[in-house]
Amino acid sequence: MNNEDLQNIIGSWFPNPEAGNVSEVATISETEEGLVESTKTEEPVNPSLLEFTKESCQFLNITVQPELLHRLMSQLKSNSETNFDYLFCLSGVDWEPELGVVYHLESTIHRHTIVVKVKTEDRENPMFDTVCNIWKTAEFHEREVFDFFGIKFSNHPNLKRLFLTEEWEGFPLRKDYVDDINMVIK
Amino acid sequence: METVTINNNFKSEEYFINMGPQHPATHGVLRLILTIDGEIIKKVEPDLGYIHRSIEKMCERDSYQQIVHLTDRMDYLSSHINNEAVCLVVENALEIEVPERVKVVRTILSELTRIASHCLWWGVMGMDVGALTTYFYGFRDREMINDIFEETCGARLTMNYNIPGGLMFDIHPNFVKRTKEFITHFRAKLPEYDTLLTGNVIFQKRTKGVGILSKEDAISFGASGPVGRGSGYSCDVRKHHPYSAYDRVDFKEALKMEGDTFARYQVRIQEMWESMTIIEQLIDNIPEGEHKVVTKVVIKLPKGEFYQRVETARGELGVYVISTGTKNPYRLKFRSPGFSNLSLLNHIAVGGKIGDLVASMSTLDLVIPDIDR
Repeated sequence: MNNEDLQNIIGSWFPNPEAGNVSEVATISETEEGLVESTKTEEPVNPSLLEFTKESCQFLNITVQPELLHRLMSQLKSNSETNFDYLFCLSGVDWEPELGVVYHLESTIHRHTIVVKVKTEDRENPMFDTVCNIWKTAEFHEREVFDFFGIKFSNHPNLKRLFLTEEWEGFPLRKDYVDDINMVIK
Repeated sequence: METVTINNNFKSEEYFINMGPQHPATHGVLRLILTIDGEIIKKVEPDLGYIHRSIEKMCERDSYQQIVHLTDRMDYLSSHINNEAVCLVVENALEIEVPERVKVVRTILSELTRIASHCLWWGVMGMDVGALTTYFYGFRDREMINDIFEETCGARLTMNYNIPGGLMFDIHPNFVKRTKEFITHFRAKLPEYDTLLTGNVIFQKRTKGVGILSKEDAISFGASGPVGRGSGYSCDVRKHHPYSAYDRVDFKEALKMEGDTFARYQVRIQEMWESMTIIEQLIDNIPEGEHKVVTKVVIKLPKGEFYQRVETARGELGVYVISTGTKNPYRLKFRSPGFSNLSLLNHIAVGGKIGDLVASMSTLDLVIPDIDR
């Protein structure tokens, strides 16, 4: 499936409340097949929830609001048209000032790829929903992100430091991390 | 601690045991915290970070040429393929088309790397389950490949032969001859691997039906390489996202449906045969031409995000670069195959014996610096 089709399908899950029917959004997970059929008409995506970008990236990118992350991800996996069952990369990124997570997804059936991004400006207590009940590989990857970026994942079964010791202070892969002993600044 | 009374006479108690960080079966500094009841494993919790060097943070201050050199300190048995991943991401971002000669030589060396890595794995796998002789057979054949590497680029393990834009030097005049000699030698020797170990009754009893991983779980855990293919999951990056010269060679993706330790073992043996087929198709037709494209001394990637996937001996390595247009990457993430493969160890080991854990872990073929990047 090409990127335009993907964008249309995913966009149809989150229609613009001004243009579309709001009540349909609430029952999205129950009647996913019917909803996809009924809203396939070119309905503008709600720009406050999802944002699509293709510039300067080789894959289709979606930036999603944190509160919608888990719903979007489970849709991406379970919907038979998208069927993203393989999470092949999960990276934490410090965009300064935002912290975020990037999910690279592929479908082993349709062989299409998508990148989902989620960002927050809260550097003190960044928190996203876990996706490890959708893809089991996320459990270790999210622990790595927690270890190096301090991003917490709600409902994660075992969220603790993976590589560093429990006593370690700070989160080394953040851009504002300072360590005079271990870091060599050129 | 849970205490269970059996038959009102004997008490069974769960307890913890440390496996590693210097345990020979972990092949490096990996510590496993096992919760066991008698000899039945209840939980496997890996403790990582003994040799974490934070390569991703180092990459943020290094130039792209320097990053290539860091990558062979990750999975040192696939160093050439790791180097290639970074070179490809830079070349794709800069839209450099490397000469045909470079693509073919890279592919031949990648497959030699894969055979060398699998030889070592096979030797150590046998040793893990108690067959010491395999170690010497595996290292004997791997040595010939290391000699080819040494003659080609001066290094036997951390090769650094790839640079963004091509190869550091042209191949040695003996390269074709020695590679052919090796293939002739190894075609005669690889059947010995089967007669020595594969058909062995004790070995089969140790591995068949042990550490079963279903296809659904393999995909969900992000398994790749021989671990995924042993569960019937077609995940070969060389087939699905061909790079270098893989689009022009004919080879079969080794697939086994059983998902147990023996299936993963058979996949790797089969992969060695396929690697030889790939090399034979290319070795006589290395195109003439330049061995590199001259790039700028200071490489600056355009603003944007780039992702490159390659198939190392362990599975899918991903390089994710976020560039802001400067000479360093803003963020560089390595998706290492060993990390995802390790995450499923608990799943396949629970309910088995400690001896089964050793056998299962051997076929995951973990290289710890690849996990502790």
